[in-house]
Amino acid sequence: MIPRHLAIGMAVLLAAALVLGGYAWHVRKTVTAAPEVAADTRPLAPPLAGPTEPVILFVAHDEDGTLRAESAQIPMPSNRQQRAEELLRTLLSIYLDRNSPHVLGPGSEIHSVFLVDPGVAVIDVNGAFADTHRSGVLVEEMTVASLIHTISANTQGILKVKILVDGKQRDTLAGHADLSSYYDVSAVNQLAAELQPGQ
Amino acid sequence: MPWINGRELSSATKHARQRSRRRLFSVCAILSAAVLFLSALYLSGAPADKHLSVYSVAANYALPLVQRDGRDYVGLLELLEPLGQVTAKSDGSKWRIRYNSSVEGDFQVGKNHAQVMGREADLGGKFLMENKRGLVPVGSLGSLLPRFLGGPVTLHEAAGRLFIGSIATHFTVSLAGENPPRLVFHFTAPVNPIIATEPGSLRMTFSREPIVSPASPTLTFGNKTIPSAIFSEGNAAAAITVNASIPVMATFSSDGRTITIAPTTVTVQNIPPANPSNAVRAATAPAQNQPTTAPAAAANPIPRRYFAVVDASHGGDDHGETLNTTLMEKDITVALARSLRQELESRGITTLVLRDSDANLPVDQRAVFANADHAAIYVALHASSFGHGVRVYTAMLPYGGDDRGPFRSWSTAQRPSLPLSQRIAGLVASELQRRQIPVHDLAAPLRPLNNITGPAIAVEVAPQGSDVSQLTAPDYQQLVTSAVATAIANARDQLGAAP
Repeated sequence: MIPRHLAIGMAVLLAAALVLGGYAWHVRKTVTAAPEVAADTRPLAPPLAGPTEPVILFVAHDEDGTLRAESAQIPMPSNRQQRAEELLRTLLSIYLDRNSPHVLGPGSEIHSVFLVDPGVAVIDVNGAFADTHRSGVLVEEMTVASLIHTISANTQGILKVKILVDGKQRDTLAGHADLSSYYDVSAVNQLAAELQPGQ
Repeated sequence: MPWINGRELSSATKHARQRSRRRLFSVCAILSAAVLFLSALYLSGAPADKHLSVYSVAANYALPLVQRDGRDYVGLLELLEPLGQVTAKSDGSKWRIRYNSSVEGDFQVGKNHAQVMGREADLGGKFLMENKRGLVPVGSLGSLLPRFLGGPVTLHEAAGRLFIGSIATHFTVSLAGENPPRLVFHFTAPVNPIIATEPGSLRMTFSREPIVSPASPTLTFGNKTIPSAIFSEGNAAAAITVNASIPVMATFSSDGRTITIAPTTVTVQNIPPANPSNAVRAATAPAQNQPTTAPAAAANPIPRRYFAVVDASHGGDDHGETLNTTLMEKDITVALARSLRQELESRGITTLVLRDSDANLPVDQRAVFANADHAAIYVALHASSFGHGVRVYTAMLPYGGDDRGPFRSWSTAQRPSLPLSQRIAGLVASELQRRQIPVHDLAAPLRPLNNITGPAIAVEVAPQGSDVSQLTAPDYQQLVTSAVATAIANARDQLGAAP
């Protein structure tokens, strides 16, 4: 005859197994039933609240291969580093728009911008930014010039800029524009001047 | 005893003085001649300045050696500088060197050992410090450098050659044909030796290339005309001496990867090189027992083998832009490079195409080839579906990159030549514009333009309209390349004078 304490233990274990099985079935159904949210990897738009400031964005235009100065009013944080990030995110939102003058790949994003004294800016873009970027000398350098010239025109004292991809150094943006060295801001500004319309 | 009067005595004294002066003069003359002779003997016997050749992926360079206590010494800071970030500081008899901010070495004057990352390293001789320069025995480099570099090095101490990593260039040699015989050397990388001639032999000296010995340094071919070749190395260079019973000449092909040695009776045109257009230099060796009247080309080797280096960008795994489903940028650049070579050579400009097949070629290696050849102009070719017409680029130099002592920064090696590069780019743009091709002349952060030591431009060809297939059209390719070639030919005088 089975001892009484063993029979009780077995019954408790059986009950626990049934309860856990039921719970697992419930969780599985919940996950399956949850609607798939489409991956929207576009960068966040700047906050709508707060005082706005005038800034100048240098926007690449593919149709004539130029870099045009465009003024915009955007809410800007007070922190210098966050301002730089907002500035580039605003620029990127133009490029990711349906009517973009210089199309960047879906999911392109500015992770962060670090401003290091004296005069160093590090722009960290995500992998999609580089992986989906169109390949070509001019198309790549227009992107680079747009980012660097925009940040240097709106942030005082930047002398050199490094572009990282997912926090790491990459040889090129998409096979051409060199990302292995620090960009000399004065050289980029000169290029930006040459890319102005009418030059 | 005969008597002599006062006048006779005076005359005798005068003669004696004259004899004495003559004797003194003779002794002085003999002594002077002896000093001159001994000086000449000493100078002729003085050893030439010794060097250490260093071969690495980053750079090939030579450093002077100094001799102390019967050993060859080299400056450790100077040795590591071209390979990475190096700093050194001295404190009394102590000397500390830091490599790439991660490896530290502590040395002390007069000690046979050093501490590298806390581990003892045997120097095989005393550490010396002169003018705050830390000197280590050359023999210690084989064990010392791997601790700094984290990889293997191979030291040929007697020859003064140091190989960092797997950098060696190997070669094979075979005899093709019997009458006349041709000796064909195949190298694993392009080479550019100095050709010198002696009676009965032709000597190729490789001072920049990491050529290594075959299995046996003496190679015999069982041929009476070209019986043997001998590999040797010494004084920071390698040499291959080809023995020949009649005058022979060397011709280059396969973009410097093949050297063919053949009797001078066989003309260059009769030798079928892998790429006939690349056979550009010949040097003859006089036969044994003949007067050594080597031509000027042999006596004074031409430092520049090709006037223009044309680089078909991308290749192998690097496709460049995917222009359409079947068209890759790497394929268009090769076609453009061949077309440009043809256009340049039809204008009498010797041209080397860096990539003539679908091969991987790192950008650093492209710059190394162009720099080693001292080309008057380097032209990188790109193709793009973006925009219209042609873009001509010069280097946009990165920030910093200051030269260190005698070493020029790799990232800004283009700096001294940039003004001339910009002038040439302007001429190319003008010529394209003259032919009604839309053109834009810009700076670009495009490697290896910034690593080229001479004039360098890049040309990016886009279709004139929206049809990408125009890039494959030979007519369009020729329209562009002939304009580029014409501009380069017109600037030949400016480029010829470039450093």
